[in-house]
Amino acid sequence: MAQVEALPPSLPPQLSPRAIARARRRQAAGLAWREYRRSWEGMIGLGILVVFVAVAVFVPLFIPASELDVTKATGTPFSPPSAAFPLGTDESGRSVLALTLWGSRVSLTVGFLATVISVVIGSVVGIVAGHFGRWTDSTLMRVTDWFLVIPFLPLAIVLATVLGPSLANIAFVIGITSWPGTARIVRAQTLAVTSRPYIERARALGAGDWHLISRHILPNTVPLIFANTVLIVAVAILSETTLAFLGLGDPLRVSWGSMLDAAFTHGAASIGAWWYLVPPGVCILLVVLAFTMVGQALEAVLNPRLRGR
Amino acid sequence: MATAASRSFTLTAGQRRLGAKLVGAVLSLAFVLVFNFFLFRVLPGDPAKNLTRNRLVPAEQVQVLRESFGLGRPLPQQFAAYVRDTLQGDLGISYKFRRPVSEVIGERIWPTVLLLGLSTMLSTVIGLWVGIRGAWRRGSVFDRLSLGASLALYAMPEFWLGILLLIAFGVGVGSFPGMFPTGGMSTPGTDVTSPAGVVDVARHLFLPCLTLTLAYIAEYALVMRSSLLDELGEEYLTTARAKGLRDALVLRRHAVPNALLPTTTLIFLNLGFVVSGAITIETVYSWPGLGLLSYEALRTPDYPLLQGVFLLFSAAVILANVIADLLYAYLDPRVRTG
Amino acid sequence: MALLEVRDLTVSYPSRAGVVPAVRGVDLTLDAGETLGLAGESGCGKSTMAAAVLRLLPPGTKTSGSVLLEGEDVLGMRPGRLRAVRWTEAAIVFQGAMHALNPVRRVGDQIAEAIRLHDKVSDRQAATRVGELLEQVGLPARRAPSYPHELSGGQRQRVMIAMALACSPRLLIADEPTTALDVMVQAQVLALLEELGRELGLALLLITHDLSVLAATCERIAVMYAGRIVEEGPAATVFEAPAHPYTKALAEAFPTIGDRASRRNPHGLGGDPPDPRELPGGCEFHPRCPVSVAVCPTLDTQLWPAGRDRRAACVHVRDGNLELVRQATPVPVGEDAPAHRGAGS
Repeated sequence: MAQVEALPPSLPPQLSPRAIARARRRQAAGLAWREYRRSWEGMIGLGILVVFVAVAVFVPLFIPASELDVTKATGTPFSPPSAAFPLGTDESGRSVLALTLWGSRVSLTVGFLATVISVVIGSVVGIVAGHFGRWTDSTLMRVTDWFLVIPFLPLAIVLATVLGPSLANIAFVIGITSWPGTARIVRAQTLAVTSRPYIERARALGAGDWHLISRHILPNTVPLIFANTVLIVAVAILSETTLAFLGLGDPLRVSWGSMLDAAFTHGAASIGAWWYLVPPGVCILLVVLAFTMVGQALEAVLNPRLRGR
Repeated sequence: MATAASRSFTLTAGQRRLGAKLVGAVLSLAFVLVFNFFLFRVLPGDPAKNLTRNRLVPAEQVQVLRESFGLGRPLPQQFAAYVRDTLQGDLGISYKFRRPVSEVIGERIWPTVLLLGLSTMLSTVIGLWVGIRGAWRRGSVFDRLSLGASLALYAMPEFWLGILLLIAFGVGVGSFPGMFPTGGMSTPGTDVTSPAGVVDVARHLFLPCLTLTLAYIAEYALVMRSSLLDELGEEYLTTARAKGLRDALVLRRHAVPNALLPTTTLIFLNLGFVVSGAITIETVYSWPGLGLLSYEALRTPDYPLLQGVFLLFSAAVILANVIADLLYAYLDPRVRTG
Repeated sequence: MALLEVRDLTVSYPSRAGVVPAVRGVDLTLDAGETLGLAGESGCGKSTMAAAVLRLLPPGTKTSGSVLLEGEDVLGMRPGRLRAVRWTEAAIVFQGAMHALNPVRRVGDQIAEAIRLHDKVSDRQAATRVGELLEQVGLPARRAPSYPHELSGGQRQRVMIAMALACSPRLLIADEPTTALDVMVQAQVLALLEELGRELGLALLLITHDLSVLAATCERIAVMYAGRIVEEGPAATVFEAPAHPYTKALAEAFPTIGDRASRRNPHGLGGDPPDPRELPGGCEFHPRCPVSVAVCPTLDTQLWPAGRDRRAACVHVRDGNLELVRQATPVPVGEDAPAHRGAGS
């Protein structure tokens, strides 16, 4: 790893410490990317994600939103795949392909939103608990443990029922129930970083809490948080699917989970309308797999001990 | 000279840790009660109106509801009454069933225990075996296939798998007939205690149990594999080989028991996810347990019932965690005597 | 017939970068009751050699040559014969007994397991034997039901030794038995090994990086560098008058207790042991050698006679210029070796 220590030759020798730190970080990022590229699972996962995100972003250009309108549906309900409807139709005659592609927007959005909430809360709690220690740590960890113990779905059901069905509420519920995992990891890392000698030196020099956190703890925990975040998105998407399937999703929007709910409650299973049930599930499977593969590849980059498993 | 009064009661570090965990469990349970209580009272506006917003409820019933909340009394009194009632087993009256919640729950608990118990046992046994074999022959075809299958099973919603299995084996695809019932626990009119009734229940149980088992095999297999891979790098296994022990015995007598330690506790800690799976699977198969009850409750929405089920699930999982801690302390001598 | 005879042993590991030779053509002989010390820095291949004697190398390792234990080639044995030979003819004591013992089983059970693997005895007989073994290594028999974490480092090492003696082997291989132990405990463990060797007529192969330990305990010493033996001979002479520059550096790296001068002027060797995947040409030691000459980078070294019962793989030994080695000025730690490098370093 000697390369990381040397400055890139293109920089002039007189540089502020901040610029040096930034240059080093860029170099470290480059090295990390090269190591990441070595993992074929990581690359495949990344590829799949790029495709899905691209589809989600650009789908309005190819399939007009009117295709989702129940009143404008043109197909026969529950008809199998055909030339006009490559994935068949739903109970109202809408194209399942359109629903699946548009549904990706909601599923991915809720997944990302919930993850942001979860990671932000989790990181803040983890850093505060790890850094300030003692009473703060004990109390925060007790709260964290509570959320970890309580079973996710019953808690989410209770919260979602009380708050009411909407995109934001679902994201909030998932975020609120999944931050403990991040908090634990971040706290462990914060404790590890805080025990390093340069923290003690910085404190002796008069560094305040904010300085320690923003300049030392955060940069050392962000890579870990990032790898963990990727895995959380996978879980968040699965959670959204489950909640939507149970009918707790936003009734006005189509998501993969709500498709499965609609399909099931309208009897797609007894009719054998597999074309309605398979696509959303396959999409979820692929996306979750992709996030998991990317997350594992990232962890292997960060923790060399995990490589080659 | 030690008198009875001056004799101090000392606990080992291990016992103190366990004591702390037990206290923690009680605190968690207490917080569940607090959570349950405040959740419906913290919402803005009239709780009674909020709870009945999606349904057409006659005004007198709303008034009865308001009174049942005891909203006239100060908050601490309400909470005390709530706690007292709960500890006595009074969980309120279900809106949907118009009967005490505890009664409704009592009727539905055994089907869930049957389903979860059986699938947990099967998924544990099979999952552990797959994990052990995969780790022992790392990189082999079996390992790679099982890793791939585990990953795929983990990534899919378990109820989706359930629906697919339902179509494939319950309803039948194309000309392939369905072999299993598509829902419920038994055919109406069958006496479940008769031998024919037992077979009937078993046929109804097959698909939901299969779904849950498949869904959880992945988790156990992956954890066992990872745990065993960690053990396989340890030096004491080389010592065992050096003593002249056959490779298979090195695995069975040394590596696996040590790798099983964290896995055993995982089974109990996993109960939270098992419970979540039960809710969705019972919904798919209309299996009349607590999971289906939760679904029916949230559709209504039947708040007393929801609260009651949530309380029960939480208590069960908290208890499982305590058992997991006790079990680990018992199994690992480093914790026991440390 | 020698108890242990290693002939041209070569051990290679597969790795992402290709095949890595850890041991390259080593010859070794050990007679019954003899003590041989094997010294060298980390990574020189000594632990690999120790594991190779009982064929305990990880799967995928390529071995060639022969390891004759009581005349039988270990490398060619069938698995059943190998398992029978293990522990009964030769036993190995690993370093870091914290991880070499199963942490969740009682030490008495682990020793008993060794006994029962090779002998049909009743529980009671096994327990008695376990007690005897523990007493032999200086531990009270009532320690048998303890778990490894309940014992100190020195006690665990003694348990490992007791376990190694369980089947009365004729050869005991001790791989770094004193590393990670306090100096006082080190001395105790070494004294124990010496005593057991004498009492039981054991042949002892003691492997360590600490040359001074070997000088005190062993009759003969062999020094390894980069997978090869570079010097071999009687312990006292090897330590006090080394014939190879590496041995000299190794001997001087440890300060003499009580010698003020050596404390203030620690001597060492600049540089690092070579990466086995990229060995220097000729004599592997030449990049760090204080007395290397022009021919060293291309010379194929072998063990040349360096006196009575001694051999060393240095060109100066071949040419009869031993004084050059002895006069090599010790290099203060921190500076690189002097500029006699030559091509290929």
